[in-house]
Amino acid sequence: MELTFRIYRFDPERDSEPHYRTYQVEAEPGERILDCLNRIKWEQDGSLSFRMSCGHGVCGSDAVRLNGRCALACQKLVQDYEGEPEIVVEPLPSFRVLKDLVVDLEPFFEKVNWVRPYLLAGEGDPEKERLQDPSERKKLDQVIRCILCACCMGSCPVVGVNEGFLGPAPLVWAFRYIFDTRDREKEDRLQKVDTEDGAWGCRNHFECTRVCPKEIPVTKSINFIKREIEKVLRS
Amino acid sequence: MAIRHKHDVVIVGSGLAGLRAAVEAAGRCDVALVSKVFPTRSHSGAAQGGIAASLGNEEPDSWEWHMFDTVKGGDYLTDQDAAEVLARDAPRAIYELEHMGVPFNRNPDGTIAQRAFGGHTRNFGEAPVKRACYAADRTGRVILDTLYGQSVQKGIRVYPELSVMDLVVTDGAVRGVVAYEWATGELHLFHAKAVLVATGGFGKVFKTTSNCFANTGDGAHMVFRHGFPLQDMEFIQFHPTGIYGLGVLISEAARGEGGILRNRDGERFMERYAPTIKDLAARDVVSRAIMSEVREGRGIGGRDFVHLDLTHLGKDRLEERLSDISSFVRIYLGIDPATQPIPVQPTCHYMMGGIPTDVDGRVLDAAGNPVPGLYAAGECACVSVHGANRLGCNSLLDLVVFGRRTGRRILEDVSDLSFTEAGGEALEACRERIGRLKERRSGERAARLRQRMQQEMMEHCGVYRTARGLEKALGLIRGLQEECRTRLVLDYKGDRYNTDLMEALELESLLGLAEVMLLAAQKRTESRGAHYREDFPERDDAAWLCHSLVYRDGDRVRYATRPVSITRFQPKPRVY
Repeated sequence: MELTFRIYRFDPERDSEPHYRTYQVEAEPGERILDCLNRIKWEQDGSLSFRMSCGHGVCGSDAVRLNGRCALACQKLVQDYEGEPEIVVEPLPSFRVLKDLVVDLEPFFEKVNWVRPYLLAGEGDPEKERLQDPSERKKLDQVIRCILCACCMGSCPVVGVNEGFLGPAPLVWAFRYIFDTRDREKEDRLQKVDTEDGAWGCRNHFECTRVCPKEIPVTKSINFIKREIEKVLRS
Repeated sequence: MAIRHKHDVVIVGSGLAGLRAAVEAAGRCDVALVSKVFPTRSHSGAAQGGIAASLGNEEPDSWEWHMFDTVKGGDYLTDQDAAEVLARDAPRAIYELEHMGVPFNRNPDGTIAQRAFGGHTRNFGEAPVKRACYAADRTGRVILDTLYGQSVQKGIRVYPELSVMDLVVTDGAVRGVVAYEWATGELHLFHAKAVLVATGGFGKVFKTTSNCFANTGDGAHMVFRHGFPLQDMEFIQFHPTGIYGLGVLISEAARGEGGILRNRDGERFMERYAPTIKDLAARDVVSRAIMSEVREGRGIGGRDFVHLDLTHLGKDRLEERLSDISSFVRIYLGIDPATQPIPVQPTCHYMMGGIPTDVDGRVLDAAGNPVPGLYAAGECACVSVHGANRLGCNSLLDLVVFGRRTGRRILEDVSDLSFTEAGGEALEACRERIGRLKERRSGERAARLRQRMQQEMMEHCGVYRTARGLEKALGLIRGLQEECRTRLVLDYKGDRYNTDLMEALELESLLGLAEVMLLAAQKRTESRGAHYREDFPERDDAAWLCHSLVYRDGDRVRYATRPVSITRFQPKPRVY
């Protein structure tokens, strides 16, 4: 089937303003949107820039906005857009555009790093593994699916108006260590996100949850952090 | 102008091998990571099923059995001194990962859970053993995330989205690298005492592959261009269960959890090919079995795929232990694996060959001597622990075991190594290489040439090979290399995220490596592990129980062999 793609274009070397360019692409219903973008780049316009790597929703490189909704281009298929007159492809909102669909991710990774994304288990590792009950480990099942694609950041209305807000993915990573029973810094971690720009910045819009390509209950996880703050720090 | 940097150690590649080495060396010397992608986007993260270690948490196990399986899995081309290091160090490596925070699945008693995987057996081949530690089916991803966290904690300097273009070599010693920054189009010259190449595999040589777009072998080819050898490049693993048409991996864990391969008659055909461990035979064996079924008309509907049947595992088990692959199947095929079988076919997955190293990551030249200042680890390296065919769950293990050892070795060596101001020539050569590409006004696009290469390699250098096919492919690849030199044209000449340029540079690496693979495959007139010659279907230990080396000598490409280390297990016929 033939599809019309309208793609956001911006080359800071040449353009003073961003603009959109339209491309026609022939594609099978089961093909990925990423396949279409590659076909455009390879056959029509080599100047189109976007990130990609694994091509199946594991590395998180090709997050873009497709018809207004943040998604991974490799996880959406042509058939998902059947009946729509065109597919509009834009960079993730709220991020600085470096070129076309490529955005500046440094501030995002800085936020992730700020939550201390590593286990702080204190001194003295045992000789073998630390024991952890399967039910305790299960609490992490959903959050460890996060691939840092930043779809949630792009779709979060709070991130859109307050760049100081930590944002959904970094809070998911905070959750991952707060609720890991092997970690010894729970209270400290909770204190760190017990701020207006931390966990309390979330206003339960649920946009992150709606777009998450790994189906993580992001908002719910943030609410668990809030509840834990109340329980541990306020009681 | 170029941006200059000075670090004791430059690690190229931020997958598990590079990160593990960096974490080991950081704090005691100045380490920088240079990577084509952000560290969390490295392809190590796509590893699904598990990481092997004889913890014995589920049933009795021993490192000797693990070592034996690794050697037998590699069809006796595995260097047994290296396999012993791998298998002996595995439990310690797993405990270390657990201490770093890897969220492994757990048993009711709180220990790390383990499951069965292809080729892993108890008591030297008697029956499958549960040796794979895992976190659902995203084991690679959680280990990558954990090591990324370690690198953050240690404050390791990362230069993301830079591609290495060349090594700086003076007097036979490696002194740094030249890299190109995608965001700006600027060249960077890194002066270093030690360079570790950890750039991963290069499955993108083939049309159907589980590999990511970034797996183009830039590092391995860069080393080869300098006259250092590549070893065992004919051994390319085709994983039996790629999603039909797409090549996306369906983990062997699916069969480890009880999944069954079936042909058009619904027959569990692996019973005929591997009577003892059936669907859990080594990957090369299972891939050939699938291809045989297809060739004999027993593919599904007579077509070129078979079914992977998980319907008897039940929804809960799929959700708990195989949730990512269940989701891939739902997204890309519209199938619920709990009720319908999955169409699968072999997909290019892993390079057993690569840059030869000793067990401490030191790169060995054609004469077998370490190259001062140059190290390699991970899939781009060849230690060789995987021999002619790698066992599932041994790659993640290889990355953390040899990544760590390499980091340690670098720490030992770095005080004896020194900085130089060299690099001007290499820098100029890189600038000219880019300039030439940008100047050309007409010709052929990289994507077109790449497509022809991938098609040809799939057809003639895949699961089955013949002298005639390899000869034909070699002719075509050399023709493409010539076209690449004289006609490759860019559609975009700008400096900001010029992925058109990126793909052109990558194509040169891919074509160079494809040639090496074909040459090595042509020479080896026997069948061993993943290298199957239809015109020489038997293993020939008398002539070919040896590693292959391909290296450049001026304008010529030379071929040599190197003996295999055999310590505990004498070669025997390989049956599963």
